[in-house]
Amino acid sequence: MHAVNSPATLTAVRPRLTWFTFASPANFYRLAGVLGPVCGLVAAAFAVAGLWMGFFVAPSDAVQGEVYRIIFIHVPAAWLSMLLYVAMAFWAALGWFLNARMAFIFARAIAPTGALFTVLALWTGSLWGRPTWGTWWVWDARLTSELILLFLYLGYMALVAAIDDTRRADKAGALLAIVGVVNVPVIYFSVVWWNTLHQGSSLTMGKEQHMASTMLVAMLLLTLACWAYAFAVVFVRAQAIVLEREGDTAWARALVAASNQG
Amino acid sequence: MNGAVFAAVYQRDLRLAWRRRTEALLPLAFFLVAASLFPLGVGPDPQVLKLIAPGVVWVCALLAAMLSMPPLFAADHADGSLEQLLLAPGAGLAVAAAKAAAHWTISGAPLVVCAPLLGLLLGLPSAELPVLFVSLLLGTPILSLLGGVGAALTLGLRSAGMLIVLIVLPLAVPALIFGAGAATAVDAGQSPSPHLSLLGALLIACLVGAPPATAAALRIAVE
Repeated sequence: MHAVNSPATLTAVRPRLTWFTFASPANFYRLAGVLGPVCGLVAAAFAVAGLWMGFFVAPSDAVQGEVYRIIFIHVPAAWLSMLLYVAMAFWAALGWFLNARMAFIFARAIAPTGALFTVLALWTGSLWGRPTWGTWWVWDARLTSELILLFLYLGYMALVAAIDDTRRADKAGALLAIVGVVNVPVIYFSVVWWNTLHQGSSLTMGKEQHMASTMLVAMLLLTLACWAYAFAVVFVRAQAIVLEREGDTAWARALVAASNQG
Repeated sequence: MNGAVFAAVYQRDLRLAWRRRTEALLPLAFFLVAASLFPLGVGPDPQVLKLIAPGVVWVCALLAAMLSMPPLFAADHADGSLEQLLLAPGAGLAVAAAKAAAHWTISGAPLVVCAPLLGLLLGLPSAELPVLFVSLLLGTPILSLLGGVGAALTLGLRSAGMLIVLIVLPLAVPALIFGAGAATAVDAGQSPSPHLSLLGALLIACLVGAPPATAAALRIAVE
């Protein structure tokens, strides 16, 4: 504060790094422009390594043969589908309490990726269930709760898309995400109980007691790849939303003008 | 919560419903018609019907509750009176609670009363009828409360009806499971009381949690 008017600080354009530096859309846009491609490259590297481990190094399963290899994409997708919902609700809540624009933008940017991973988890689970369980779908507790998770994502995205006013869409979506995340445990346990009560198909995935270490490494590598992919896509999507919303600000105009020239 | 606002809104909604009696009875008509379609769809086999009866009654009650949700705040929002109502201190919570209570009184309670009749039509044994009645008595207020959140979030939107269904149905899954499960448990020779207790717990949670969420959503909508 004491040196605000000195020439040295006037020439320094770098913003001071605080907790709220990147809550400014302009600063975030520049950061995401760097982090997005980096995360994308990291995702590609981990994916190549993980797929190579999964397909060429990891041994075949004693019981399931080759088909178990779907686990390498199924499990990371299922983890991320749940984690991203919590992350979405976290940013929504942060936006709600701090009234921070970027937090709402994050929540909106995360939703489609979360829904994508939920669909992937359901889809790969179905493809895995056919050869091992002999059916595409069972109303098993895990499958059912994953399906309801997909409906929660779809409800959030539909609500946000249906409201034209950005502020209202952000806040209404945030409220729905918070209500949803509070309900997720209740839904999960009710579905588990419903399933055991109905004595549903007693098909369970064979517990991998002796999961070969190469299998585990391949799965972890692909999990990291999915993480990095989620980060990369969310950064890029958030950048797009920022540009959409800040289109009439000076920095956005300058950016567009510069990209038109270059 | 502002008690005077609660009483005023509740009484006013009941009076309005009484003046448009046919409109107020539409959810009940939907409930009866939709449930009657199931025997036509799955066939008249009494064994099958008896098995699916609690679920059919519950799903139809769920849909009837959701379909009657969009007008809950719509008229008050359109003529500006909702905005005026929310100006009173502590009125958001009172309006949210009164609207949900009025919705249950107008569209929920008739369903509960008629549900045993539908159960009989679907061949439900008489031992299960009281359980179905009690499960709906505990469960339909949950639907009104959750539906209120959906109606407030989608206030004034073009596709409010379908959005409410999409938003609220996943949240209503636990109520459906325990509600229909209570009658099914009796059929399986078990006590329905765990289901009914959990349904009661859900009702208490919704009574505490839903009106504040509805009030917050109303404030967002009229902001």
